[in-house]
Amino acid sequence: MPDTITLQVTRYRPDADGPPTLQEYVVPLREEWAVLDGLNYIKDQLDGTLSFRWSCRMGICGSCGMTVNGDPALTCGTFLTDYAPGPVRVEPLANFPVIRDLVVEIDDFMRKLPEVKPWLVREDGEALDDVEFLQTPAEMDEYKQYSMCINCMLCYAACPVYGLEPDFLGPAAIALAQRYNLDSRDQGAHQRLDVLATAEGIWACTYVGECTTACPKGVDPAGAIQRYKLTAATRTLRSFLMPWRAR
Amino acid sequence: MADHDVVVVGGGGAGLRAAIAILQTDPRLDVAVVSKVYPMRSHTVSAEGGAAAVIAAGDTLDEHAYDTVSGSDWLSDQDAVEAFVAEAPRELLQLEHWGCPWSRMPDGEVAVRAFGGMKKMRTWFAADKTGFHLLHTLFQTSLQYEQITRYDEWYVTTLLVDENRVHGVVGIELATGRIEAITGRAVVLCTGGCGRVFPFTTNGNIKTGDGMALAYRAGAPLKDMEFVQYHPTGLPFTGILITEAARAEGGWLLNKDGYRYLQDYDLGTPSPEPVLRSMELGPRDRLSQAFVHEQEKGNTVDTPYGPVVYLDLRHLGAGVIDSKLPFVRELCLQYERIDPVHELIPVRPVQHYMMGGVHTDIDGATGLPGLYAAGEVACVSINGANRLGSNSLPELLVFGRRAGIAAAGFAATDRRGPGHAVQAQAADEHRRLERDLLARRDGRERIADVRTDMQHTMEGSAGIYRDTETLVKGADRLRELRERFGKATIEDDSRAFNTELVAALELGFMLDVAETIVACALRREESRGAHQRTDFPRRDDARLLAHSLVTRDPTGSPRVGYLPVTITRWPPGERVYGR
Repeated sequence: MPDTITLQVTRYRPDADGPPTLQEYVVPLREEWAVLDGLNYIKDQLDGTLSFRWSCRMGICGSCGMTVNGDPALTCGTFLTDYAPGPVRVEPLANFPVIRDLVVEIDDFMRKLPEVKPWLVREDGEALDDVEFLQTPAEMDEYKQYSMCINCMLCYAACPVYGLEPDFLGPAAIALAQRYNLDSRDQGAHQRLDVLATAEGIWACTYVGECTTACPKGVDPAGAIQRYKLTAATRTLRSFLMPWRAR
Repeated sequence: MADHDVVVVGGGGAGLRAAIAILQTDPRLDVAVVSKVYPMRSHTVSAEGGAAAVIAAGDTLDEHAYDTVSGSDWLSDQDAVEAFVAEAPRELLQLEHWGCPWSRMPDGEVAVRAFGGMKKMRTWFAADKTGFHLLHTLFQTSLQYEQITRYDEWYVTTLLVDENRVHGVVGIELATGRIEAITGRAVVLCTGGCGRVFPFTTNGNIKTGDGMALAYRAGAPLKDMEFVQYHPTGLPFTGILITEAARAEGGWLLNKDGYRYLQDYDLGTPSPEPVLRSMELGPRDRLSQAFVHEQEKGNTVDTPYGPVVYLDLRHLGAGVIDSKLPFVRELCLQYERIDPVHELIPVRPVQHYMMGGVHTDIDGATGLPGLYAAGEVACVSINGANRLGSNSLPELLVFGRRAGIAAAGFAATDRRGPGHAVQAQAADEHRRLERDLLARRDGRERIADVRTDMQHTMEGSAGIYRDTETLVKGADRLRELRERFGKATIEDDSRAFNTELVAALELGFMLDVAETIVACALRREESRGAHQRTDFPRRDDARLLAHSLVTRDPTGSPRVGYLPVTITRWPPGERVYGR
């Protein structure tokens, strides 16, 4: 194994002239080092002006998503040795505006998230009883995987529809809506229908499945969307046939 | 200048719980949540094992209180502990009603698991991603409150204080570099801990003690800063935490000979099944200290990233590991390339938590009117000299809520906007930051080098065991580092997402915090909980059953005094584990 590897890293400053460029840095190649360790080596030893986000470096905070050799990845859990002898190309996540270097702007997602009401809706309001709402392990299994989303944005970077249709709600937001729809304690599914069953909601998805492939946490947004299409179609049909039962 | 009723600094568990509590108290209030990261990136997300609260049949509030008080080596305030254990169950139930996916029993009731230092099974859990689920549940719940204005990715650089009262903060919007005052009638600090002061920590990159330093610089005292928790089981190199739940589910700690060495340190006798308050379910301070002794005896295994012992989960089998500890397996496979179902996990003690923090009363009020604090940044104190695992999540809920209610009440007492003095202060801070942004390009030092030296200084002088000589040396070294920091360069002159500027500001905060840790550790001439002095190996209740309180003197140096501990029902006694 060689003892160094070259990283080709996107550099971009909005307050300077010119489009993004790739800058090469040579970093130590060590068994334990993730791509993020390489970036931190650059920042601490070679070039303090490189900007990127990171925090937990254990794959749970969702900060450090970037494009590594063309694929969206959490850089804290993507190892340099897997790319040896290199070079490794590190670019910002695709489909988002770039603020600086490897930092993308995710305001669009942050705006869409509340639209799907990703909170527990109770028709009886917020009264806090002295006991929990019962939920069996089987009931929890219905939504559990959708609750594992860390909002890392890899699925948006992978989604060809989001790339072309910025109004598309997108995989994570829809999966989170389904996380609550499928929660036995929730009573808000009909409130979410208006947002989800639209041209910008589930019907925009062409079921390419790239989101599910990209997800580092085993969430299946593509499956959530397909499943919801069936729910929405059934409800729409029922509202035509039995308008008095549609909610 | 933007004005709100209450400004919450930090969007993790404590900050979001406080923000919601403010609006539950008075829905007409207007709340700002200012965070240097998007709220769901906050470090609460990394908490794994669970949240303690009495719910199970056969458990009592008194037992939770006693475990907490004895775990704290009697340095906790017992009135605060009693309020904490009484309110914790309702807070966890509230989270359940907001959708938190607590792990369940077959009948659908919430399940509880064992945890270190706890005499009963009382730790609620969401598999081993409890903090993640708790944080996302709070964040998603907070989205329905239109009265909350979020300042995501804003870095707070100072508190605005006039006539002995807090009036808001000055922050930098990271995306643009815009500097602006965000004012309010009350400020709640919920910025978490300061693990990054140390080189080897479970804490994320963002845990730089910002809130502690903000309060300290504004004149509010810090409390019990010498009490630094080392968690016994971190992965070497990364410092990633392997949750205590791994031992609660039955994991063993083995030395290089495969021997369950904790039996040699007055922690009980080994049995195949886990026994509460015994062996691997002893408290974190005692387990981390036992590791050091094993190392001294030559019973650890050397690796390129320091000596290790082993955590053995193999006998639990894939079924238990996958259902109760899936994240442990995921982390081991991804970061160590080992499978705990078949292999031993190498572990070593790792800095994890600050018992100390901004001194507050039971309602989160600091000594400075208008300033509140909750969560790891604060020191109420329920944790005293050693926090029990799974007490920190309920702590941030109980005291986040209390601080929110108190801040809402305070904000209602005086609704005047900020005066000219506050605006002038904000303008001063603006100029200071411009200078730091623009005029630091000719130094010879790198920010990263000063930071690395600070971290190693802290490990060398204020680690698991301390003594006068290393602490004095550490204090001298920190003074040198402060000088070097003053001459360090900021190469980056961009306004957009300037992470080097943030790193410099964070380092300034961390140096303040590091000095208070060393100063308090030097003054406390006894051994208690996580503070172990080899030159003063006994607990000294006659002199030091007291909180240390550190303030910044006019020269900028830490000055340490003491405050009595509140004892209600549990007089100081011996900490007994395993017998």
